[in-house]
Amino acid sequence: MALQSLDIVRRSATTIPAPQARHAHSGEVAKLIDVTKCIGCKACQVACMEWNDLRDDVGSCNGHYDNPADLSDQSWTLMRFAEYENDKGDLEWLIRKDGCMHCADPGCLKACPAPGAIVQYANGIVDFVEENCIGCGYCVTGCPFNVPRISKKDKKAYKCTLCSDRVGVGLEPACVKTCPTGAIVFGSKDDMQRHADERIEDLKSRGFEQAGLYDPAGVGGTHVMYVLHHADKPEIYSGLPKDPHISAMVRLWKGATKPLAVLAIVGAALAGFLHYVGVGPNETTEEDEKAARRELEKQS
Amino acid sequence: MTTQTSGQPVDTPNPAAGEIVRYNAGTRVAHWILVLCFLLVALSGLAMFYPPLYWLSNLFGGGDIMRAVHPWIGLVMVVAFLAVASQVYMHMRIEQRDRQWLRQTNDVVANREEKLPDVGRYNAGQKLVFFSVITCATVLLLTGLEIWRAYFTAYFPVELTRFASLLHAFFAFVLILTIIVHIYAAIWVRGSVRAMTRGTVTYGWAWRHHRAWFRDVMRNASK
Repeated sequence: MALQSLDIVRRSATTIPAPQARHAHSGEVAKLIDVTKCIGCKACQVACMEWNDLRDDVGSCNGHYDNPADLSDQSWTLMRFAEYENDKGDLEWLIRKDGCMHCADPGCLKACPAPGAIVQYANGIVDFVEENCIGCGYCVTGCPFNVPRISKKDKKAYKCTLCSDRVGVGLEPACVKTCPTGAIVFGSKDDMQRHADERIEDLKSRGFEQAGLYDPAGVGGTHVMYVLHHADKPEIYSGLPKDPHISAMVRLWKGATKPLAVLAIVGAALAGFLHYVGVGPNETTEEDEKAARRELEKQS
Repeated sequence: MTTQTSGQPVDTPNPAAGEIVRYNAGTRVAHWILVLCFLLVALSGLAMFYPPLYWLSNLFGGGDIMRAVHPWIGLVMVVAFLAVASQVYMHMRIEQRDRQWLRQTNDVVANREEKLPDVGRYNAGQKLVFFSVITCATVLLLTGLEIWRAYFTAYFPVELTRFASLLHAFFAFVLILTIIVHIYAAIWVRGSVRAMTRGTVTYGWAWRHHRAWFRDVMRNASK
């Protein structure tokens, strides 16, 4: 692996602190997907397959341009095509490259019960380490974006790695490398936000007044961001959530309840032990046996 | 009559040995299958619930095997529980004397049994354990099926899966607490464990802890 343990800032199901010595001094990375520049050519899907050695099954057409129909263990990114009728009654073809958003506060990592099966690197990339994955699917339960997929073959979870292996040696992700229109760019998160600002200004000057950056604060921001023409309505882009955050139920399930519940269990066992020591067992005495016999004799 | 009472039907007294059959062989076998299943699902469940206990997954040969077998063991546990419950549920109705028994919890924990009302086949504490287990088992079965990723989860919305995951953890917690009470009570009240291992209790045990049941058994036997 190109990245090493020193680069890990968060590790699933791990309570000991991660190594703190190194930081991403050059800034966290981000991929910026400019939906307004995307032509839906799917070159990014192909590049992803090639670089990551993935081959999805050939599916069948189900009436729209999405191909394959959904993300899978073999398809880590996917163009989603939405036909949107705007206020003027015109058609807008909104094409969004779906995949892992690499949240700063990842719901998958929070939910994962297997130590080290999900890690977050100092540069912001959230990666699945399949050798530690136990296939429970809690990452799917925890994800606010419905991204991870469990393989039917090996029961392990897969998703976009943001090409952590390429990024680790100074390359850009495969999808970025291949994008023919420059709709996908990659760099430090600061640079990508600056670049997005320029794009948004341009879009606003062209009449897209609600143009904006999708970098949702509910998950602490993401390391995959979108420039949207209609940032006020992200749901029209094939259901991009408006305010994604880790579900309160997942927080409760994976939060303070864990140590408190275990403490209560240990406390209950300890209470039993102390009762035994303090009060002692409730024993049947010879007197009880005699009393039982006496009562029987009285009966007969 | 021989002294070998363990093969007899329940509620049969054996005057020669001074014993009463409390559980027949079928119930005892089902109970210990239930015990084994509970231990396995509780240990694997705790391993998946609380990261510092993840090492318990080694007992199962690794996390992936543990994840795969946990639901199957749970299903066996439900079947074993139904087998045990079918033999005892008819004695579990809460009666007036049970309410009185519960009001005197301080006498219960202090071993002052002579102050308590006469108890039937089960005391109020045992009945509460029964109702707790039956509630937990029902919720754990339903939520467990929902979060069984290999077969069922894909058919449900993710919000329901989140809720089911939370409920599964919560009711597992309640069940573990209940079973700790159950196990401790069996250790605390001496002579109880043999009811589930050999099937019998002594006359004195029945007279001391379940006097109303003792009288019922003797009345029916003399008919």
